[in-house]
Amino acid sequence: MSGPSTYDPKTGIERWLDSRLPIIRLGYDSFVDFPTPKNLNYWYTFGGILTVCLMVQILTGIVLAMHYVPHVDYAFASIERIDRDVNFGWLLRNIHAVGASMFFLAVYLHIFRGLYYGSYKAPREVLWILGVVIYLLMMAAAFLGYVLPWGQMSFWGATVITELFGAIPLVGGPITEWLWGGFAVGNTTLNRFFSLHYLIPFLIAGVVGLHVWALHVPGNNNPTGISVKTSNDTLPFHPYYTVKDGFAIAVFLVIFAAFVFYAPDVLGHADNYIEADPLVTPALIVPEWYLLPFYAILRAVPDKLGGVILMFGAIGVLFVLPWLDTSKVRSMRYRPMGKWFFLGFVVACLGLGWAGAELPDNPVPILGAVGIDFLFLGRVLTIYYFAYFLVILPVLGFVEKPKERPASIDAAVTGGKSVAPAAAPAE
Amino acid sequence: MKTLHRVLIAAAGVAVIGSVAAWAAGGGKKPAEYEFSFEGPFGTFDRAQLQRGFTVYENVCVACHSLEHLDFRHLGMEGGPFDEQGMTVAGMEELYSPDPNQNEVIRQIASRSMVEDGPDEYGDMFMREGRPSDDFQSPWENEAQGRAANGGAYPPDLSVITKARYGGPEYIRSLLMGYDYEAPEDLDIRPGNYYNPYMSGEVIAMPPVLYPDGVVYEDDTEATVEQMATDVAAFLHWASEPHLEARKRMGIAVMLYLLLLCGLLYAAYRTLWRNVKH
Repeated sequence: MSGPSTYDPKTGIERWLDSRLPIIRLGYDSFVDFPTPKNLNYWYTFGGILTVCLMVQILTGIVLAMHYVPHVDYAFASIERIDRDVNFGWLLRNIHAVGASMFFLAVYLHIFRGLYYGSYKAPREVLWILGVVIYLLMMAAAFLGYVLPWGQMSFWGATVITELFGAIPLVGGPITEWLWGGFAVGNTTLNRFFSLHYLIPFLIAGVVGLHVWALHVPGNNNPTGISVKTSNDTLPFHPYYTVKDGFAIAVFLVIFAAFVFYAPDVLGHADNYIEADPLVTPALIVPEWYLLPFYAILRAVPDKLGGVILMFGAIGVLFVLPWLDTSKVRSMRYRPMGKWFFLGFVVACLGLGWAGAELPDNPVPILGAVGIDFLFLGRVLTIYYFAYFLVILPVLGFVEKPKERPASIDAAVTGGKSVAPAAAPAE
Repeated sequence: MKTLHRVLIAAAGVAVIGSVAAWAAGGGKKPAEYEFSFEGPFGTFDRAQLQRGFTVYENVCVACHSLEHLDFRHLGMEGGPFDEQGMTVAGMEELYSPDPNQNEVIRQIASRSMVEDGPDEYGDMFMREGRPSDDFQSPWENEAQGRAANGGAYPPDLSVITKARYGGPEYIRSLLMGYDYEAPEDLDIRPGNYYNPYMSGEVIAMPPVLYPDGVVYEDDTEATVEQMATDVAAFLHWASEPHLEARKRMGIAVMLYLLLLCGLLYAAYRTLWRNVKH
C-alpha cells in the first residue's frame, strides 16, 4: 500500500483476477513485499500476537455459543454442561476464558510499546485512534462476556457497571433501565448481553482491518522513531517478519497454554463459580484483572458522577494524545526525561491495578504504617495517570533536550558508520 | 530473548497479584497445606481415594448438600472414581463397561436413589429407582425447604464447590476438620451456629458432621476424621473438575509441541536474519 505495487501476476488466472479484483495484489503488497523497518524488536510482535488472540476468541466463542443457553435459569448449568459433557468443552471454555486475559496482556504490552516509541505521533494519529477504538470495544466485549456464565461476579459486576450510567444527571435512570431492559439486571439483560457479546468481536475484526490499513499507509514506526528514508532501512515483511512474528506467537502460545492446561482458573474469581443470586451481595465485587486500574480510578473520586467521568476520561484522553505530546522526537530512547516519566506511568498503571483489587480502606503494605491506604494510593496514582497526558507530555516537549539521534535506521543498526549495501536477500 | 524473559515474568506477576488479591478477599484462616495426589502438572486422582470420598458424600454430605450438575454416569467416565482404573483398584474389573450407563457399580449406586419420572399414560408422576443417566437427586424439594430445615442457611450445592472457594480442596479439608478451635470470647455465636476459623466470618451454620468411624470404607481404611475430610475433599475436587486428568495429560503434549515449534521457528529466524544487521 505504501509505495508502488511490485506484484507481478505470473499465471493467467492471477492476471484475470487482478484486472477484476486485485485481492492477491492487496495481500502481496500488505503482507509479503511490505517494506518494514529492519530494526523492529520483539515489542513489535504483539500486533501479530493480537491477531491470533482475536481469531482464537472468535473460533472458540462460536463453538461455545452453540452450547450456551442465555437464560438466567440455565446459563450457569449450561456452562457446567460445557465443562462436563460437551466433547472438549472444558478445553474450549478454558481457552476462551484464559484467552480474554491473554488478549489484554498482549494489548497492554502493545499499547505501552506505542507509548514508549511514540507510535501515536504524526503521521500515525488515525492508526492510534483506531487502536483506542479497538481497545474500547475489547473492554466492552470482555465485560459482556464475563456476565454470560451468570455467576455471582457476573451478576454483580453487571449491576455495578450498568448502574454507573445512573450517575448521569436527569437521563441516568432511564438509560440504566433501557440498558437492563427492565428494572434490574435480569433475563432480558442477559439476552442482550449475549447478542452484543457475539456482535462486538466482528466489529473489532472490522476495525482491525482499518487499523492495519492505517498502518500500511505511513508504514511501521520503529524503535528509533526515525522515519524510513531509503530502502536500506527496510526489509520485506515476508519472510523476515513472518518468521520473527511466528516465533513470538509460538512463545506467547507457550504462556497461553501453561495457563489453559495448568492454571485455568487462577486469573478468574472463585465467586463466579457460585450461581448468580440477586439476594446475596459478595463481600468484595471486583472486575477481572485487566479492568482493575479503571476500577481504582472510578473509586478514587468521592462523587459517583465524577468517578464515572474520570474513568471514561482515562480512556478518552488517549484519543487526543497525539496532540497532547508536543515533543518532536518520537522514541523515548532519545528523550532523557520522558523515559523516566514513562516508566513512572507504567508503574502507576500497575499500582492502580493493585489498588483496584483491594478494599479502599486496606492499608498498603509497608506504607500502611504511615496511614496510607489503597484509596489514597489510588488517588495519587490517578493524578499521575492524568498528569502524564495532560501536563507532563505537553510541557516536556518544550523543556526537554532530546539526545542526538542517528541519521537513519540503517545508521542506527550499523553503528552510524556507513550506508550498507541493500538488505541481504533471503537465501 | 531478554524481552521474552521479561514477558514471562510479567505474565507470572499478573497471576500472582491476581491470586494474592483474591485471597485477601476470601477471609477466614488460611487452609492447612496438604499434598493431594492430583496436584502438580503430572498429578492424577487416586481412584481409591475418590471412591472413599464418594462413600463419605453418599453417607454424610448427601443429607443436606446437592450435587446438581452431576449425573450418576459421571462417576464412571474416564478420569472418574469408577472408570476402568477405578474398577480395577476396587477389584471389580468384571463389572466394568466403557459405557458408564452399563457400569454395574454405577447402576447399583443410581438404584439407591428414588427419582420422580412421568407423566405415565394416565398423566400421573411416579417414583422409580434411579438409573445412571439420572441426576444426583437433591435432598431438598426447593431452596426454601432446605433453608427451613437448616435454621435459615441453605447448604450450598457441591458440584463446583472446590472451584468456588479460595483454597479449593484444601479449604474443604480444613473446614471439615476445623471444629476443634476455641471461639474468641468477643465472637457472638448464636444457637445453631458453630465456630470454624476457616469459614469466611468464622461462624458456620453447618454442625460438625464427621466423627471417627462415621462411615465404613469398603477398602477397610480407618475412617478417622482427617481421613474422611481428605477423601471427600478429593472427591469434591473431582466433581468440580472431572476432566482434570485429561487436561493435564493433553497439556504435556501441547507444551512439548509448542516448545519444539518455538525451537524450530527460532532456528528459522536466526538462519534467515543471519546476514541482516538489525
